[in-house]
Amino acid sequence: MKVLALHLGLLALLLAAHFLLPAYHHGNLARVMVLASYALAYNLLFGYTGLLSLGHALFFAAGMYGMGLGVQHLGLGAGAGLLLGIASGAVVSGLVAALALRTSGVAFMIVTLMFAQAGFLTILHFGEWTRGDEGFVLVQAGRTLLGLDLSAPGPRYLAALALFSVCLLLSLALVRAPFGRVLVAIRENEERVRMLGYDTQAHRFAAMVASGTMAAAAGAVYGMLFGYVGATFASVQYSILPLLWVLLGGAGTVLGPFIGTLFMFYLIDLSSGLTTAYMLIAGVALVALTLFAPQGIMGEVRRRLWRGLP
Amino acid sequence: MSLLSVRGLTRDFDGLRAVDGVDFDLTPGEVRALIGPNGAGKTTLVGMIAGRIVPSSGRVTFDGRDITRLPAHRRMRLGMAYTFQITSIFAGLSVSENVTLAARRRVRGAGLAGAVTQALTRVGLEGRADQVAGDLAYGHQRLLEIAMGLVQRPRLLILDEPTQGLSDGEIAGFQDLVRDLAGEVTILLIEHNMAVVMALAHRVTVMAAGHILAEGTPAEIHANRAVQAAYLGGTDAADR
Amino acid sequence: MEFGPHLMLATLEGAVTAAVLALTAAGLSLVFGVMRVVNIAHGEFFMLGAVLAWWVTQAVAGPWGFALALVIAPLLVGALAVVADVTILKRLSYDPERTIVATIGLLYILQQLTLMTYGPDARPVVAPFNTRIALPWLERGADGWALIWPWGLGTTTYKLAVIGAAAAVLCALWLFLARTRAGLVMRATQADREMATAFGVPVERVYALTFGLGAALAALAAVLIVPIQQAHYLMGADPLLLSFIVVIIGGLGSLPGTLVAAVLIGLSDGIISVFFSPTLAKILATLLVALVLVFRPQGLFGARGR
Repeated sequence: MKVLALHLGLLALLLAAHFLLPAYHHGNLARVMVLASYALAYNLLFGYTGLLSLGHALFFAAGMYGMGLGVQHLGLGAGAGLLLGIASGAVVSGLVAALALRTSGVAFMIVTLMFAQAGFLTILHFGEWTRGDEGFVLVQAGRTLLGLDLSAPGPRYLAALALFSVCLLLSLALVRAPFGRVLVAIRENEERVRMLGYDTQAHRFAAMVASGTMAAAAGAVYGMLFGYVGATFASVQYSILPLLWVLLGGAGTVLGPFIGTLFMFYLIDLSSGLTTAYMLIAGVALVALTLFAPQGIMGEVRRRLWRGLP
Repeated sequence: MSLLSVRGLTRDFDGLRAVDGVDFDLTPGEVRALIGPNGAGKTTLVGMIAGRIVPSSGRVTFDGRDITRLPAHRRMRLGMAYTFQITSIFAGLSVSENVTLAARRRVRGAGLAGAVTQALTRVGLEGRADQVAGDLAYGHQRLLEIAMGLVQRPRLLILDEPTQGLSDGEIAGFQDLVRDLAGEVTILLIEHNMAVVMALAHRVTVMAAGHILAEGTPAEIHANRAVQAAYLGGTDAADR
Repeated sequence: MEFGPHLMLATLEGAVTAAVLALTAAGLSLVFGVMRVVNIAHGEFFMLGAVLAWWVTQAVAGPWGFALALVIAPLLVGALAVVADVTILKRLSYDPERTIVATIGLLYILQQLTLMTYGPDARPVVAPFNTRIALPWLERGADGWALIWPWGLGTTTYKLAVIGAAAAVLCALWLFLARTRAGLVMRATQADREMATAFGVPVERVYALTFGLGAALAALAAVLIVPIQQAHYLMGADPLLLSFIVVIIGGLGSLPGTLVAAVLIGLSDGIISVFFSPTLAKILATLLVALVLVFRPQGLFGARGR
């Protein structure tokens, strides 16, 4: 009960912010919510199942390009584009999971990294459709959903909030359901779970597809709200960022991904006023987190204040 | 008819034959001890029975069904439970959640909480349900491990060195528990503590160098010269 | 140009790539083999080598400047790596997953600091010597076989020197590992860390030395290639990817496997990118690595079972 109130409270706060925030931060928060949805997706696999993927940009981009290419070249509307994006994410993550889950640990990290790299290069290779490195600006038809113009700040913020709410509540439900408890147990001790009669491989596969599909939804919505589809979103950097957000906010906590994304977004936003080398902050944060606070912000909160925090 | 039947089971590791053509049967309801010196092949044999290790050749039948090719988790669902030699609990989760995970394969919904409490009560951990499992004392962790086995209501319970590292008082408690279970569950007990074996087992199987050396009642095994020579060895053997 | 001369040219270019790649990958392989650490920042050590070479050759002009860079860049980069090992990796107890995350952080730190100080430009370094050598080709003309000199078929003395230097360094590395006490200690640590500790091997010092040596090899490779390629703060990505490919295909942590794979990948990269799109070649290579890890984790040349 307390748990549900906390999470609904955050969503209510974000809704209130829609009416209160000045334009600049209003726009930023919309972006943070979409990226935090991506981080929530990453957290399902990394935080709860204990699988560290270095290739989630592939799923984010699958959603973004599935939506973008569908709108641009197949003449789909925004709704159909969104569905196509989510479906591509499910298919791509299913394929990658089927292969990558045959490995574990360091090999899993490298295999996912390599698949994502191959995906990134594939986008560059088919430049005729994807416009390669420069990417393309989404036509207006792809940015109008249910009569709402998503390129306008108001609907954009609310659409971002809607996505974030779905991802947050879905994550919460998933990790509190028996399925999620088994995932946590797999993270803690896989062999034991297997010897309790659970098909751990099937659970991992389902977790990876759920994570990849949610990441794809975030990617598709990101392209739609901000009107641009580009290869940067498939690059290694976009695989590292969700890892960073989740580590910072606290892996294996439902609120962590949002806190981490918000914090890092503003840290980079502030520093990019000072220098072009803003990724320096990300680098320092990654090293500092692994060294001094592997639990992240919400992980510390759970350890010190509230043990039952999901 | 036997509950578990193993025929010609063999396993090679890099040219080394750890288990060599073992035949082995368990009748329903018995408590069977598996003993033997280190490296005799006990853990490998049990690993093949539970599905953790793939045999090089041979056959495993459980309840009349050939399970040689089944993965471990499917065997557990058929009614086996396995407790680990090295305590293997979910250290970060609460005691009741540990047992709940084990129970959920069998019961869902309303009966779940009751089944968990019952299993915890049986091993005497009911007062510690909300503690984090990793914070329990070692002896209590071993009891939790057994509770996780019990709550699955297995037909075959495999206990891999359950008394290792327990105090004398805790061993006595464990013996009471197993006596209590006997008849309900078939138990395969890998054990080094001969006093426990003599007290609990209906029959004893002795392994050495990958073979089954002898099989019989505790008294027969105790008197068996071949066993004494190969396994019990020196003069201090009797109290091991 | 005809097909034959074209292929020969591609092979020569590939041999240069292979030589530099073998050095870089040997460093990565050594670190993984001995320390079980996957160093994602390896490409940045390479980049730093190239950038330092630029600084040194700016300060001291002429061939002596370049010779100085060959010594200074690997030493400085190696020292930096030792510092990184002691301050970061050691404190993570070399946990495989956490060290990967930390070296990703290190990658961004090194890369972005270079951007802040050295800037975003690509800058050339002049080769100490660079005489062009035209190469002949055998062709059957009207009056039988004759040597011809196709336009564009040739190489430079510097490129040949790079191949020679890389081969020499690799031989020296092999001698170091096989014949010296320090090399023996490294191999002992690789074989069994606990046993090595029990026999009084100072494992922590061995690790620091290994990490430094691995980085120094990458830096040296970069100094050798920089007169051909120019120094740029983002240049670390390709060598990192290619080294990964080589180390994985060659069998994780096996030095001979790494060398065979480096020659194979270097040559085929040169040859394939002459005839196909380089992007397509890279896509196939990355997929190959992923599939090798999934289906043959011991590498294409490694022995089965560990």
